[in-house]
Amino acid sequence: MTAAAAPTLDALEALESESIHIFREVAGEFDRPVILFSGGKDSTLLVHLAVKAFAPAPVPFPLLHVDTGHNYPEVIDFRDRIVERLGLRLEVAHVQDWIDDGRLVERPDGTRNPLQTTPLLDTIVEHRFDAVFGGGRRDEERARAKERIISLRDAFGRWDPRSQRPELWNLYNGRHAPGEHVRVFPISNWTELDVWRYIQREGIELPSIYFAHQREVFRRDGMWLAEGPWGGPRGAETLELRDVRYRTVGDGSCTGAVESTAATVEEIIAEVTASRLTERGATRADDRLSEAAMEDRKREGYF
Amino acid sequence: MTRDLLRFATAGSVDDGKSTLVGRLLYDTKSVLADQIEAVQRASVDKGLATPDLSLLVDGLRAEREQGITIDVAYRYFGTPTREFVLADTPGHVQYTRNTVTGASTAELAVLLVDARHGVVEQTRRHAAVLALLRVPRLVLAINKIDLVDYDEAVLAAIAKDFAGLARSLGFADEAVVTIPVSALVGDNVVERSARTPWYDGPTLLGHLESVPVAGPEVAAPFRMPVQYVIRPRTEELHDYRGYAGQVAAGTVRPGDEVVVLPGGARTTVERVDTADGPLAAAGAGRSVTVLLTDDIDIARGDVLASATAPPRLTDELDATLCWLSDKPLRPGARLLLKHGARTTQVIVGALGERLDTDTVSYVDAPEQLGINDIARVSLRTADPLPVDDYADIRATGSFLLIDPPTGNTLAAGLVGSPLRLAT
Repeated sequence: MTAAAAPTLDALEALESESIHIFREVAGEFDRPVILFSGGKDSTLLVHLAVKAFAPAPVPFPLLHVDTGHNYPEVIDFRDRIVERLGLRLEVAHVQDWIDDGRLVERPDGTRNPLQTTPLLDTIVEHRFDAVFGGGRRDEERARAKERIISLRDAFGRWDPRSQRPELWNLYNGRHAPGEHVRVFPISNWTELDVWRYIQREGIELPSIYFAHQREVFRRDGMWLAEGPWGGPRGAETLELRDVRYRTVGDGSCTGAVESTAATVEEIIAEVTASRLTERGATRADDRLSEAAMEDRKREGYF
Repeated sequence: MTRDLLRFATAGSVDDGKSTLVGRLLYDTKSVLADQIEAVQRASVDKGLATPDLSLLVDGLRAEREQGITIDVAYRYFGTPTREFVLADTPGHVQYTRNTVTGASTAELAVLLVDARHGVVEQTRRHAAVLALLRVPRLVLAINKIDLVDYDEAVLAAIAKDFAGLARSLGFADEAVVTIPVSALVGDNVVERSARTPWYDGPTLLGHLESVPVAGPEVAAPFRMPVQYVIRPRTEELHDYRGYAGQVAAGTVRPGDEVVVLPGGARTTVERVDTADGPLAAAGAGRSVTVLLTDDIDIARGDVLASATAPPRLTDELDATLCWLSDKPLRPGARLLLKHGARTTQVIVGALGERLDTDTVSYVDAPEQLGINDIARVSLRTADPLPVDDYADIRATGSFLLIDPPTGNTLAAGLVGSPLRLAT
């Protein structure tokens, strides 16, 4: 037979192979891994990569959604459809349950993002999860640039930056004591553009709210928020119909939409590219782009 | 057009302007978000500066000190139409060995910074020695702050000559080293070619990063793949599917290739190189695949598939070089864990050998113990035989971690053999 030369990997293939390697390492070394899955684009990418890592066998671990209850119905539908199509098991920790039995108290501002931590940690303990996959990326903000791919958490779920293990080559050290667990970030080295380009290349389905649509929104703290159980509009805030899309999927009380007409993945890639554009010596980017960029770097709340 | 990925590292002390250089690369490649730029511009105005201080884009150092966080390797990302870059930005002055070793371990290229006013200094020699030890295939010497020496060609030539001698003594081939005069502050030769250095006819820094070959020495090496996971769907239609999942660590694997399974030693033939997107005619280093074999052999996580004609050596006695990364000292007789590929085994530390003195870049007498940032030769005995290559030949099968059993902490980066051969 002829010896075909192996083509060198392009950037997305290299990132995909790295992520698959991380999934397989964790599957090989941990007893009870779980993927945090909200239906958002980064966690949908995680699940897609996990499927590819173990194909044609099923993904050998379940999914976990810490549900604030402040959701967009499109996203929950999407979440349930993906779970069913892939034949995966989904655990849902409802923040509402923790509020109902008094373990958590609703915040005055109605935001439930910070309330996710306790249900997450309780669920980790209850199910004895020892490796928790998340969609964090190092390009999201400066502080994250130093996060490890496998990051140890103590029994209180705390991260001690002073005792981070050096991570060398592709040798990951996941050793942990009983009660400790690790957070695993398989897409650490992906940028937001990589994520979108890969979504385009692989034809990955996303919830419809990522694409431009008309929605009644009101202005608060410089963001376009939708009406919902989290309150609003109130006072001078008024609902108006706008072309918007969401760049992240989080708690509805604090996840703003951005004004956008990008209705396809291609148009979103063009928009994301433009939001990076700052001509040398330019004074001030226009409000929309600057705001979109800000939203982009907001964490999804889990980590 | 396909865009590929280059992983590279930067090394240099803070005063060499490394943060400004990295900030310049991010800024001039338009890889920075609009609001970040705005924040930097505001902060620069507050400081009374005429131009934005680009080091603020990456400099988290003060915040780190205030929070008591270890000054640590930071990863940055930028891209151009032809290539994407993952940059391991390693801080210079604190724990430089630990940081440089970490950053260099995944790098295909390293950018070493010197200040044009000072030239090659002790710190440069230390960094270059660590980069040579880790076998980073290519080096760029970026001579920064040329605006402060009036763009004097003679200054550049003297530093380049000085460094070429150092690089040669560390085993770098002449063609692996490129010297580029830059000013990160004003942007000369970083992304834009400078009109103030008409005597310089080489590439800009970004131009070089964009055009240098990405493929490391792993591509031409014989095939190696640690088995990470065994894939068995156990469904009706895939009842007999048994795939060995792993990332090709070196060389190429094709259907029909004869391979040996180590440490067991069984020989068999590759039936199929599978992926979720279908089978491949060939898979090269870096690709995650699932290998199916023609014979039914008992293979588990930790085993290594390798070229049957050029296999690694199987041994439980390792002569190795350690970069000690922990505050806890190492003494002969220590019982530790060793992670190599997908296998973790027990190890007993034997005699300590010569220590690399990075100040003088020479080997000195064996120490009684190793402390943090020490680099020394050591002999090790492992509980299980390991299929290893010399690190100088194949990085993936020549590298390992030493792990502290009680705490699980990573204690050392290990390199099989003695990858740094000093020319005398």
